[in-house]
Amino acid sequence: MSTPTLHEHHTVRPKTYLLILIMLLILTATTTGVAFLDLGVLNPVVALAIAVIKSVLVILFFMHLRYSSRLLKLTLGAGFFTFLVLITLTLSDYISRSWGLW
Amino acid sequence: MSTSLSLPDQQEATLPKLNYLNTEFGLKSWLLTRDHKRIALLYLVTIAFFFAIGGTAAALMRLELLTPVGDLVSSDTYNKLFSIHGIIMVFFFLVPVAPAVLGNFLIPIMIGAKDVAFPKLNLLSYYLFATGGCIELFTILQGGIDTGWTFTTPLSTHYVNTNVISAAMGIFIAGFSSILTGLNFIVTIHRLRAPGMTWFRLPLFIWSYYATSLIFVLATPVIAIALLLLVLERVFGIGIFDPAMGGDPLLFQHLFWFYSHPAVYIMILPGMGVISEVMACFSKKRVFGYTAVAFSSVAIAVFSFFVWAHHMFIMGISNYSALVFSFFTMLVAVPSAIKIFNWSATMYKGSVTFDTPMLYAFSFIGLFTLGGLTGVMLAALGMDIHVTETYFIVAHFHYVMVGGMVSAVMCGIHFWWPKITGRMYPESLGRLAASTLFIGFNLTFFPQFILGYMGMPRRYHAYPPEFQALNVLSTAGASILAIGYLLPAMYLLWSLKYGKIAGSNPWGAAGLEWEIQSPPLTENFVETPVVDHEAYDYEWLAQKHEHEVKTLG
Amino acid sequence: MDSQAIASEPVGPHENQDAHDHPPYLVHHFATIGQQVETASFGMWVFLVTEIMFFGGMFMAYLLYRSWYYHAFVAGSNLLSIQMGTIMTATLIVSSFTVAMGVYCAETRNRKGLIVSLIITLVLGLSFLGIKADEWHGAYVEHHIPGANFSIEDFVHPTDARDIPMAPDEALHTQIFFFLYFSLTGVHALHMIIGCCVLSVLLFQIWGGAYMDGHTSMIQNFGLYWHFVDIVWIFLFPLLYLISRHPLK
Repeated sequence: MSTPTLHEHHTVRPKTYLLILIMLLILTATTTGVAFLDLGVLNPVVALAIAVIKSVLVILFFMHLRYSSRLLKLTLGAGFFTFLVLITLTLSDYISRSWGLW
Repeated sequence: MSTSLSLPDQQEATLPKLNYLNTEFGLKSWLLTRDHKRIALLYLVTIAFFFAIGGTAAALMRLELLTPVGDLVSSDTYNKLFSIHGIIMVFFFLVPVAPAVLGNFLIPIMIGAKDVAFPKLNLLSYYLFATGGCIELFTILQGGIDTGWTFTTPLSTHYVNTNVISAAMGIFIAGFSSILTGLNFIVTIHRLRAPGMTWFRLPLFIWSYYATSLIFVLATPVIAIALLLLVLERVFGIGIFDPAMGGDPLLFQHLFWFYSHPAVYIMILPGMGVISEVMACFSKKRVFGYTAVAFSSVAIAVFSFFVWAHHMFIMGISNYSALVFSFFTMLVAVPSAIKIFNWSATMYKGSVTFDTPMLYAFSFIGLFTLGGLTGVMLAALGMDIHVTETYFIVAHFHYVMVGGMVSAVMCGIHFWWPKITGRMYPESLGRLAASTLFIGFNLTFFPQFILGYMGMPRRYHAYPPEFQALNVLSTAGASILAIGYLLPAMYLLWSLKYGKIAGSNPWGAAGLEWEIQSPPLTENFVETPVVDHEAYDYEWLAQKHEHEVKTLG
Repeated sequence: MDSQAIASEPVGPHENQDAHDHPPYLVHHFATIGQQVETASFGMWVFLVTEIMFFGGMFMAYLLYRSWYYHAFVAGSNLLSIQMGTIMTATLIVSSFTVAMGVYCAETRNRKGLIVSLIITLVLGLSFLGIKADEWHGAYVEHHIPGANFSIEDFVHPTDARDIPMAPDEALHTQIFFFLYFSLTGVHALHMIIGCCVLSVLLFQIWGGAYMDGHTSMIQNFGLYWHFVDIVWIFLFPLLYLISRHPLK
């Protein structure tokens, strides 16, 4: 009978945390700086992309998801999937409201 | 009539000396209990109370509808009646009843655990539910609400002066009860299964409740935010749902129905779990197609998130998205149909007996199928546009929710009553009640299909006189239906004192809960069970003696 | 996926006396500490998923109205202080670091380190709330709170020469931006306040000697909650403050 890896057995080293912190702060400065450039439609894309990268770093390392069981990863995935369903299907209504003859 | 019931010799039988009901006495031991079984009973009493309130509102509505003119109550009062009937029945009866009562009681036992993962959180769930319910009662006493249970904007935000805010807050708080219950069940089922209880040895009841809990956890927060935004708009007058100020009333509906559609699957999935157990027991045969039924439960939960705008077909959504939602709505019927086929196949070449739970199960299968088929009819855009906001819709959802789910709730309560209380109700009365419910139900709601198709709108207290005959039939049916509910209430209560001693496995059913005493011990199992057999092992059960766990003392 | 239960051995009533296998913090319905810890952690993650859906509804509203009233959103966003926003973001990120360090200190039974980390986290959290309160107050003073003395003057007659005056009906839509701003940051702040309260309770308990026996579940799960609130802000910052910071054309 297999027992899943108990994540507290893997203690993340402070050095890792520090590295992640520095990356997060750099990304914060970047996102603020990029906001002042005019990239047209890419502005929100870049801003959200940076936000996603920051979140992924926090989730994987600060929240230890990288060292956690598949169940926890699936759980988070399920959450994001449902959120995406909410956004996508609702938008499917709003985007298509003024199409064509209907 | 053949029966599966086999009771111990009543001369010698006694209730077990020690069980969860008599380990501790006193109000505090009940109100501050961490025992999932006692919490289930707390919920049962509270929810039965709300069912009575919702039922009273329905009775008044049906009385009004005896005559074509609005002569019993004014139109405003009628609006309040159907609103409170909907709110109470949906949020304070159907959504919580099966998970909080049957789920709380049975899930730990069925998986071989001593309690749920977070017992204190379970108690908190109960108090959140009770608090939400009190706020809702307060709303009624303050004069009620007349927007319908759907709180459609901008009616609810700008045009009524009834108690929208307190009604919404009651639901908001009760919603947290749901979320925490769902969380508790998911974690319990994943983490507290006994050794050897693999996913595919679980009773299908657990699969259904797991799927229900997924919906609880993912959908309920969205209605919480929808109601919160509604209240903020009503309080501060901002225009987030108000077209005059740039808002979109449909945004509220998207957020509301994103929960409320999966909510109907919250309401039905546990019932399907009950039916799986009962079908197997009263056919003395394992459920046909275990894997299909298990996966179809999860499939229903997943697909249920893709269909919500079928409640909004005429509200102004784009026709293209209506197509998408229509398509998914037809798809979501498939897993439900799979279950119906599998249950029917379970009975084939089984040794079928017609005890009360089985009668309710038959009731479920017939009525849910009818309701479900009309649901597929409604998925078709052309049909829906014709009959939406008519009694056809009312009949459809009452067929699935009342004909389906309430039958299943009655089924479950009767099936597990001996386990919960240690006593048996009078079987003959049980069969009478089941039959009464079936007859009364059909008499109440089948005419409504016809009425709706002929064009009688819903939520109106007056109607054209040509609809009267069917309305009278419907009300007559409702009175019979009421007997179908009152009768069990009476004999179940009677059985608490005078019912026959049931023993640990009066139905000869398979499942861990039938291997322990009735009523169970507080910690459920004396020793952690080790599971080495598949679910519904009726062949094995038939071959050996009924292995009753000796009662303690 | 787990196909077997966690508990590998059945537990009879007599085995509860063994202190080595059953430390005092083992709750009765769990068979092993490992099961209990995994369960608590899983429970917190499921709760965080519900929080994703809770905020998700508001993000949906934001998405819709930003696409409908882009210029109103830009105008509203430009009135928020980008400096303060960046500082708040950095504050929360550092506080996430300190709480992660706190978890590490708890795991290595470093009481002093744990206390220092959590105190810094609390201070940073309260600073964030302080700046937020100041922002809200500023919005109140400038009449940007919808439903309470909201004024479109700043949009119709902007003070900054680079801003283009908006038509009054378009300016009214800035109310929707501010409503979402207050709802999003308000619900976020509520979560922060709850976090700070729980943190205070934890600090009090640690001062009394708790969490030094290897049972760090509570600290870890609190950390998960705190990180999640940080992540929500990581998204709120660009969505609310950085909509279009380059001069309007």
